[in-house]
Amino acid sequence: MNALACDLPAGFADPVSDANATFRAVLTAMSYPGRIVSLPVTVEVPAPLAPATGAILLALADLDTPVWLSADLDRGMVAAWLRFHCGCPLVATRPEAIFAVTTPCRDLDGFGLGSAESPERAATVIVQLADLASGDEVRLSGPGIATKSGLSVPGLDASFWRAVAANHQLFPEGVDIVLAAPDRLACLPRTTMVEETSPCMSR
Amino acid sequence: MYVAVKGGEQAIDNAHKLLAEARRGDPAVAELTISQISQQLGIAVDRVMTEGSLYDRDLAALAIKQARGDIIEAVFLLRAYRTTLPRLGVALPIDTAAMTIERRISATFKDLPGGQILGPTFDYTHRLLDFALVVGGEVPVGPLPVTMADPEAVPRVTDILGAEGLLEAETADDDQPVGDITREPLAFPADRDVRLQCLARGDEGFLLALGYSTQRGFGKTHPFAGEIRMGTVAVEIVPEELGFAIDIGDITVTECQMVNQFKGSKNRPPQFTRGYGLAFGHSERKAMTMALVDRALRTKELGGEVTAPAQDEEFVLSHCDAVAASGFVEHLKLPHYVDFQGELGTVRALRRSCQNAAQEDGAKTEDGDV
Amino acid sequence: MVRDATSKDGPDIAARRRWMSLLARAPVERLEDAFHSLSETPAFVPLRKPEIGSVLVRARAGGAGQRFNLGEMTVTRCSVRLPSGLVGHAYVAGRRPRSAELAALFDALMQDPSHRDGLARTLIEPLATELDQARRLKVAKTAASKVTFFTMARGED
Repeated sequence: MNALACDLPAGFADPVSDANATFRAVLTAMSYPGRIVSLPVTVEVPAPLAPATGAILLALADLDTPVWLSADLDRGMVAAWLRFHCGCPLVATRPEAIFAVTTPCRDLDGFGLGSAESPERAATVIVQLADLASGDEVRLSGPGIATKSGLSVPGLDASFWRAVAANHQLFPEGVDIVLAAPDRLACLPRTTMVEETSPCMSR
Repeated sequence: MYVAVKGGEQAIDNAHKLLAEARRGDPAVAELTISQISQQLGIAVDRVMTEGSLYDRDLAALAIKQARGDIIEAVFLLRAYRTTLPRLGVALPIDTAAMTIERRISATFKDLPGGQILGPTFDYTHRLLDFALVVGGEVPVGPLPVTMADPEAVPRVTDILGAEGLLEAETADDDQPVGDITREPLAFPADRDVRLQCLARGDEGFLLALGYSTQRGFGKTHPFAGEIRMGTVAVEIVPEELGFAIDIGDITVTECQMVNQFKGSKNRPPQFTRGYGLAFGHSERKAMTMALVDRALRTKELGGEVTAPAQDEEFVLSHCDAVAASGFVEHLKLPHYVDFQGELGTVRALRRSCQNAAQEDGAKTEDGDV
Repeated sequence: MVRDATSKDGPDIAARRRWMSLLARAPVERLEDAFHSLSETPAFVPLRKPEIGSVLVRARAGGAGQRFNLGEMTVTRCSVRLPSGLVGHAYVAGRRPRSAELAALFDALMQDPSHRDGLARTLIEPLATELDQARRLKVAKTAASKVTFFTMARGED
């Protein structure tokens, strides 16, 4: 355990204000779905976690929030780093997770959706991406979007966007999604409607 | 009709200044220190920690000072502070059999391994005001005869009785998650873990009255105080980064095991059943009443019929929290001007229609008479 | 009270659990004295600065049955790293940032064979003796209130 602990990346330089700033960034992104928000902090994280992914977990995950990692992220010192800095339990299956962290995926199957009585129990799915930009690959509308908003997200295919569209239909249940590029993020809460526009996606 | 009003800020600021002055009292009298409260008003501190659900003597003492001795207000302050703390771990269950005993008595067995140890108790005092405490504040205490010896093992009385099968066994299934009402709202029916957590946080006065009601016949449980013990236990946690249990310090707790006569049911042989009470610090009355009410709330589980208030979990658990209860009662002080205007209008309209109806009746009667 | 370490952890972990539990109970003055008595001040860096939080205290119904949450307690934790790479951790009951920092430092130093024997002699064993003495005195004072019964008459005789 010590051999691991002594090589662990330090996390936030200033835990209190960095966590506050990251929380504010996620809150802004959730409030204005599709808006790209820059990561306001620098942070030391273990590979293959990207800085934004690590910062979001440092700010939000704790003892009460089981975290699930996709197999390609559960590598190296990631698990030990999360245990040390967040104290969060790491779980093996999707339904157990409050926060799920994954590289681009094709579906949202199995994540906790909450219930009509307790919709807040649904999972938040953090998708770690190589890049993220405004664009018109997908059009977004719904609460928090004045007219319309759009995203261009390399790496997410039509099947993912169909899953996001289906997720919206479950409201008030359903997962909330954070799209995290290394230095920026955008959110797709369950209230957001997505529309694919690019012809290559309508396959 | 909706009337928005604002104002009173200056009045509120000044009320806070008056509160500070009233709290301080006569400045010619020395101000209380936190350590004086924690050392000399220890039982009040223990109650605030138990109902405030946070073990920290200095914080509880501060809360008592700030609340001017209003225990429920102090509990509220401690609960509010608790919500600001990140939860860093969950302890392994404390082992009360390994307690360093400061008091231990049994009302069911005279001679028991480890003996009856009275400790610092109000029992056997004459309840006469001690005016010696007024004068200089110091009362000479005679020397205590102290013989150093190896500490003796003090097994729990219920473990002794349990060995014979005369007492129902407590079974533990550690694969079951433990309910936490500070994280998930209370729902009914509530399991015993949730009930015990609610009772531990519950108001001592309310639970005392309920426990008393079971003794007076509102849901009799025929209790005996099998054992009451008070002392210190170690708290252990397993930090994620270490992977093994470490001991972080000691806390003082009071435990009460009530043993209740039980004639048996379809599924259970006649045996003694149990009620359990546990509280932070030296909180004996609280632990005893909690044990009485815990047993009363097990009525249905033991095949009985729920007839009395103390047996009704929704009644007990929904109303035992002093912070929740005082919040709802005391909110009646807040402005209800608009609601009341509406009520006034309704009552006036009702009175008018009553008067009109009476006049019409009167007119008809007069007509009839003619 | 310091409980015996369970055997399944092995001797190294058992020894570490023992010194961690003693450090968690040490008065801060004792830790400061031991810190100032070190021949050279170790250049330790905080891996996690002292942090105050809570630990959920659990118990069992009837002492041995179903688990339930009794309440919480305050706790302070800290982790430090020595230049050698050794890491020390501390979790101490109450709100005691300086105690947690020094306890974490001594946990790291106790893992270093060049410090272990010296610290055991000057800090750990004296702490163990003092805490044991204090506990024995408390037990002895409590024992003075133990009841001795004299049977006057028995009903069934």
